[in-house]
Amino acid sequence: MRELKYSQALDEGLCQAMAADPGVFVLGVGVDDPKGIFGTTLGALKRFGPGRVFDTPLAENGLTGVAIGAAIEGMRPVLVHARNDFLLLTMDQLVNHAAKWRYMCGGKLSVPLTVRAIIGRGWGQAAQHSQSLQSLFMHVPGLKLVMPSTAYDAKGLLIAAIEDESPVIVLEHRWLYDHAGPVPEEHYRVPLGKAAVVRDGADVSIIAISHMVVEAKKAAESLQTEGIDAEVVDLRSLAPLDVPAIVASVRKTGRVVVADHAWRTCGASAEIAALVVEHAFESLRAPVRRVTLKDAPTPCAAPLEKLYYPGASDIAAACRDLVYGAKTQTAASPVESRPRAKDVEREFQGPF
Amino acid sequence: MSISSSSPHRTGRVNSAVALDLYSRLLRTRRVEEKIVELYPQQEMKCPTHLSLGQEAAAAGVCAALRQTDRVYSTHRCHAHYLAKGGGLKQMFAELYGRQTGCAKGKGGSMHLVQPELGLMGASAIVGGSLPIAVGSALAAQLQGKDWIAAAFFGDGAVEEGVFHESLNFAALRRLPVVFVCENNFFATHSHQSARQPADNIYQRAAAYSMPGVRVEGSDVVAVYEAAVAAAHRARSGEGPTLLEIRAYRWKEHVGPNFDYSMGYRTKEELDDWMARCPLRLFEEEVLAQALCDKAQLERIEKALSEEIQEAVLFGQQGPDPTFHDLIDDVY
Repeated sequence: MRELKYSQALDEGLCQAMAADPGVFVLGVGVDDPKGIFGTTLGALKRFGPGRVFDTPLAENGLTGVAIGAAIEGMRPVLVHARNDFLLLTMDQLVNHAAKWRYMCGGKLSVPLTVRAIIGRGWGQAAQHSQSLQSLFMHVPGLKLVMPSTAYDAKGLLIAAIEDESPVIVLEHRWLYDHAGPVPEEHYRVPLGKAAVVRDGADVSIIAISHMVVEAKKAAESLQTEGIDAEVVDLRSLAPLDVPAIVASVRKTGRVVVADHAWRTCGASAEIAALVVEHAFESLRAPVRRVTLKDAPTPCAAPLEKLYYPGASDIAAACRDLVYGAKTQTAASPVESRPRAKDVEREFQGPF
Repeated sequence: MSISSSSPHRTGRVNSAVALDLYSRLLRTRRVEEKIVELYPQQEMKCPTHLSLGQEAAAAGVCAALRQTDRVYSTHRCHAHYLAKGGGLKQMFAELYGRQTGCAKGKGGSMHLVQPELGLMGASAIVGGSLPIAVGSALAAQLQGKDWIAAAFFGDGAVEEGVFHESLNFAALRRLPVVFVCENNFFATHSHQSARQPADNIYQRAAAYSMPGVRVEGSDVVAVYEAAVAAAHRARSGEGPTLLEIRAYRWKEHVGPNFDYSMGYRTKEELDDWMARCPLRLFEEEVLAQALCDKAQLERIEKALSEEIQEAVLFGQQGPDPTFHDLIDDVY
């Protein structure tokens, strides 16, 4: 199959969703500028023109309301933010309005809104351009949330998000944008709420989110050489969460590491750990482990970033602990992932 | 284009049909809310009710200028907008009584009345919250070449919210078919406008966004109607939004059926002064004096409305309770 980069897959998915439904339009700060949100809106702009892909004032909350209004009227707006962090400006419209309009109206009206936002990392982006805020949105009934980790899922989940009747937030990780993978040329959907077992294993389950799926796969390969057979589950959707898939994996392996590049306290990892205990306690052969960020804002300096972000070696260490019964718990550690020959992320440089 | 104007000259008399229409909308709002005042102490309507008694002319005048297909986006104080746009009484009382047969299946209550087939697209209880949503509705009309316009109702408090400016800015930028209807009743809960805003000039804020701003005397339903007709025409003809500041007065407490001048944040004299300018009574006197309709016609409207209200109250009181299925349905 033909390969596309994650960013190209988003661009193509957006174009195909717009071709399928004239009610789909794209708005957001910079969606029609020469860079086009790292190239993800350029195809749509070229093909459908400024009438359906247009810039907005810097009014994130108001424009979220505008998109909600258009969605209530039956259109399918795709609101794009270059950074996840800007969603915090839109919380009133997202949480008080988008998530609740259908319910408050007794189901008479829906909000088929898609909100895309990008999680930044590295090159010193610091505390306000790199947050992973998925747990905030998971907490709110009425919002759906997906975090694709592959080019295939980026296209299929974006199309599914746009075609869904509920507000769906698509959180994309900037470091995934240059990852290439097989992507069908035709229009297709990846169902919301379905996880994918991306690597079968018998000894330990790594439940991973977004970019941590990349790290989890590296960790599993490394563990294989040591005789540990790790299963990797890419959650893909965080709301709704695929509880049966998580439980099935845990029942199979009896050990769980949850890997999330977000804060630990009340994070998605906490919810997943709780679900595992509620639904598969009798299968657990070891405590649930979490590999997350430290509970601190993102630092700027490169040495601090290196300390801040957990990676494959942290996941692998957590898996070893579970299999061999170590006593210490690992969060972020200074150990670097094993360098690889063709690693797009190692070529990643600023400016963004 | 005149950017802002205060108390525009009333262009003249309305005809009999418009007069009856305005009267019906005013009366409907007044009598329904009087019924709520009567029944609320029974403690059976278990939801906060923000009444519009005294400020009905804003809703009546604006909604009379709208078509059935035009959209209304409302606030926590949404009864008058719902009623003036023609919202069903049975579904409304059932909603207030928390019934499955309510307009929102009992999940919205007094602050979230809705009837999409009449353009009543919902109401937000977050101050200013429905403003950008109305703008989005207008954007949808513009993008799809539809002929509806959107009316965004809000209070004087919403003017202090950032989203007010975000909404006016975007609507003016794209010349969207929306009418911003500020009902300035001078109080945000118990806090007077003068304690919250440096000047009493809401309608003049429109100038910053190059749109007309018009101040209207809210006791005069014809003045409201005429201002709304002009704003609706402007919106529908592609010229863009208008900001109306309708100065009206909430007779009752912020939330609930009682008078509250005894709290001390406003005076009985101030209330009496506004009640002396009751929009319903003033208009009734006007239509009779001008012989736009006769007393018997008004009495027939009153009688039919009274029967409709009685029936609706019973429908609401006797409706079925929502179930567990309703609790978890309509989330997604």
